[in-house]
Amino acid sequence: MAQDNESRRLQSSAPQIAYRDDPRDAAGKIAIFQYATVLVFVFLVSGFWQLQVQDPERYSEAAERNRIKSTPLLAPRGKILDRDGRVIVDNRTSYSLLLNRDQIKWEHLPAISSALQLDYGDLTAHIRRDTRPQIIIKDQLSRDDIAWIEAHQDESAYPEMQLIKSWRRQYPQGGFAAHVTGYVGEISETELDLPQFSDYRQGDIIGKDGLEKQYDKTLRGVDGQQRVQVDNLGHERQMETTQDATNGKDLETTLDLDLQSVAELAMDGKHGAVVALDPRNGEVLAMMSAPSFDPNKFTGRISRTDWNQLMTDPFKPLLNRAIQAEFAPGSTFKPIVALAGLETGVIDEDTEFHCSGGASFYGNYYRCWKKTGHGNISLHRAIEQSCDVFFYNVANKLGIDRLAEYADIAGIGHKTGIDLPNERESTMPSTKWKLHLSREKWYVGETISVGIGQGAVTVSPLELAAAIGGIADRGKWYQPHLIAGVTPTLSRTGHFNPENIERVVSGMYAVVNEGGTGRMAALPGIKVCGKTGTSQLASNKFLKGTAAGRAMKDNAWFVGYAPEEAPEIVVVALFENGEHGDRASWIVRDVLKAYFDKKERKAKGLELQTEIQQHLGATNLLATHLVEPRPLR
Amino acid sequence: MGYRAFKELDWPLIIVTLILSGLGILQVYSATNGTKWDGAWEKQIIWVLTGLVMMWATAVIGYQTLMAQVLYLYAGVIGLLFATTFIGNKVFGSTRWIKIGGFTLQPSEFVKIVLILAVARYLIEFVRPATTLTWGDLAKLGIMVGFPMALVMKQPDLGTSLTYIPILVSGVLMAGLRWKQIFIITSVLVVALPIGYHFLKPYQKDRLVSFKYPDRDPKGTGFQVIQSRIAVGNGGMWGRGAKDSSQTHLGFLPVPHTDFIFSSFAEEHGFVGIVIALVLYFLLIMQVVQNAQTANDRAGLYVCMGVAALLLFHVLVNVGMVVGKMPITGIPLPLMSSGGSNTWSVFLMLGLVNGVRLRRFVN
Repeated sequence: MAQDNESRRLQSSAPQIAYRDDPRDAAGKIAIFQYATVLVFVFLVSGFWQLQVQDPERYSEAAERNRIKSTPLLAPRGKILDRDGRVIVDNRTSYSLLLNRDQIKWEHLPAISSALQLDYGDLTAHIRRDTRPQIIIKDQLSRDDIAWIEAHQDESAYPEMQLIKSWRRQYPQGGFAAHVTGYVGEISETELDLPQFSDYRQGDIIGKDGLEKQYDKTLRGVDGQQRVQVDNLGHERQMETTQDATNGKDLETTLDLDLQSVAELAMDGKHGAVVALDPRNGEVLAMMSAPSFDPNKFTGRISRTDWNQLMTDPFKPLLNRAIQAEFAPGSTFKPIVALAGLETGVIDEDTEFHCSGGASFYGNYYRCWKKTGHGNISLHRAIEQSCDVFFYNVANKLGIDRLAEYADIAGIGHKTGIDLPNERESTMPSTKWKLHLSREKWYVGETISVGIGQGAVTVSPLELAAAIGGIADRGKWYQPHLIAGVTPTLSRTGHFNPENIERVVSGMYAVVNEGGTGRMAALPGIKVCGKTGTSQLASNKFLKGTAAGRAMKDNAWFVGYAPEEAPEIVVVALFENGEHGDRASWIVRDVLKAYFDKKERKAKGLELQTEIQQHLGATNLLATHLVEPRPLR
Repeated sequence: MGYRAFKELDWPLIIVTLILSGLGILQVYSATNGTKWDGAWEKQIIWVLTGLVMMWATAVIGYQTLMAQVLYLYAGVIGLLFATTFIGNKVFGSTRWIKIGGFTLQPSEFVKIVLILAVARYLIEFVRPATTLTWGDLAKLGIMVGFPMALVMKQPDLGTSLTYIPILVSGVLMAGLRWKQIFIITSVLVVALPIGYHFLKPYQKDRLVSFKYPDRDPKGTGFQVIQSRIAVGNGGMWGRGAKDSSQTHLGFLPVPHTDFIFSSFAEEHGFVGIVIALVLYFLLIMQVVQNAQTANDRAGLYVCMGVAALLLFHVLVNVGMVVGKMPITGIPLPLMSSGGSNTWSVFLMLGLVNGVRLRRFVN
């Protein structure tokens, strides 16, 4: 009753406006509402289930990306050093602009591209293509670029921009040793698909050619990362872990910058190649190819015009002629023919042939370079005077296969196996070779031209240096290499009669010192041996047609080594369109002189500035050459 | 009112309410600690305590007394809405608040209470029991709800204005419609909604679209949706706890103590915490419905169902927004989101429900 009273009292305070009716007829509708409520809650719980239980990693990773600003700490590549530890390729600090993908606003891009002189189309294409969370959009920022970025990178303007320290590869100026050092660039998509690049990532800088490519794994370091916790405005809250970058290892090479610079200067304005080797172990002391290119243009992104210019240049500046050109060796091949003749016994020291300015074989007339002829001539003078008729006869007596056997020992027709990418294989013809190549028989007449290094035989400058160096080293052929501190690899040994080798060597000594074709290469006090060569371009498959406009002058070769008895250095110079071998001989002489000057000064404890460098008018040649190219003489 | 009435209050409802308010205060504390909103939790305690008093007072005064005065109440809130237009504070380009003393008041929140009462009053006064509504009834009810809706939409505050719709819908459906009417209304809406969309402000359109395609503009309107989903997902099964909830504490989550309080709750307490909180909301709504079932008169039924529908709408839209399944409308989560007007408004509604409860045995 008390309850009723209470209720009545409550009731009485309310005015009587309502129907007194039973709301229970609404039960069905209320039930529908309850079911609807259950559905709503099931719907909501399922939403949380999807985000929190089914796929939480995705969102915790996203939260992590929000929370952590990571700055790449780029590792500098190792330097490339010469045999005395002097720096050939260095790094310079520079700054790069990075965009954080999560924060990119497309409406910012036109302003960024115009402020930094980037092409808007290229930039958007780059951002679409590059899928990394952080994209480097410009390297080697200028002072103005950096000032603009620093003024605009705060959260209110362009929060996606991040300035990072990076390294710019610094190569010698003027294409100095460019073919040996090679160059670096961003890894391409085709490279990324290859198994050997599995530990490389998009955007990595990778060696594209030369030593940079060959020893990329040594040179490149491991990038680190600095992680900072940030809030939504990009303010740094606290440091997280920092993983330091590991620098790449320096690469010590066998190159000698003094010899290299002399070779570069001697070839200034010419096309061709120079290679200097130590025949005792295969160390490459100098290697150059002309025309050259500026690898500095490749660091970062090379401009399209520069690239097109390099690709369409008829003289192919990117080609490393020292290992990739295949030229007929011409008369520089004759020492090998002579050795083969002596070893097989088809000739001896005294065998004479008559040269009347030419000779007939198998119905064809083959001329000697000397129209008046050499008269009766034996081996020593035949090498000295480079008599073609003598060697036609030797080749004819040998036959192509016996000649090929000895050329093979000297390495002709093989890659030398030097530690540079893309070495080309040269050609040493034989019956088997021709059958294999064209399913045709070898005609004996074809052997005659091969006897003077024409016809199908081709070599690269490096190969010729290695071949003649092996003879100079009395029958030991070492594999040429550029990296210092490795045990020399003996490729082949010829078990020759030492007297036969001495006969060939004395012929090559006569070339330089007894009034032969290479007398320009003579050096006072040093027993230089050598051999000239003049090869006809008709047999030169490589340049034929590519430089059609150029006069088809013969290529000049010279291969020289010294000292005669115990050679320390063999140098090959190829002077394209140089017309005659003696025009290549003084290039070799310069390099040889630089080598022996340096050796002498070293022994005397003097400065290493060589006499030849002084003579060439470059007191601090290396430095000037590194800073800017300048015309010499 | 004596001890009896106190004892007769809906204690299960009040306990659930207090637990949710407590969770809300803790979450406001955790989400704003060390931010520019530091101290919001202290204010929230005051809102909740004053809200409890208001609830008690409303329960004792009773829905019937209030319904009797509903014309004045209606005129009062409309006046306040107009006042807001003229003397209101402009915040983020929208005029929703008026300053009274040291407090800012959001009149549109209190419109809800008045509309619940007004709809119930109309239905019991002009509609006979066991009949259905006429088109005339619908038009009058529509104008009654539509007028303040239009004023609030004008502020502009689309979210709050939309919360008046469930009040109308629940009243109309509980009173009864013919199938034919339902069919016609549905057809009209299907045609009218796209046209209405046309009249929305651009940012409102963006919000409506961006919940569906948040990645279209991840830094613009889609930002809040994306960040909220990340926060929720980051919570995982067991939650990150108050220390490691980076989305909440590093500012990636927008307004982590008001509209997106459930996102930060989800980040800190995970799926388990979420299920517990949602169960509490379910119990809250079911308890309100229970009061509708036991109501002494149709008026009590309409009031309780209006409150239940409104709460359900709030939970659906706010929590749906948090998980990215509903557009961003900016309506608070009842009892948990910090803020004076919305907290008071919920307690006033629960006061109405308790009032129904107190009068359930009167006959």
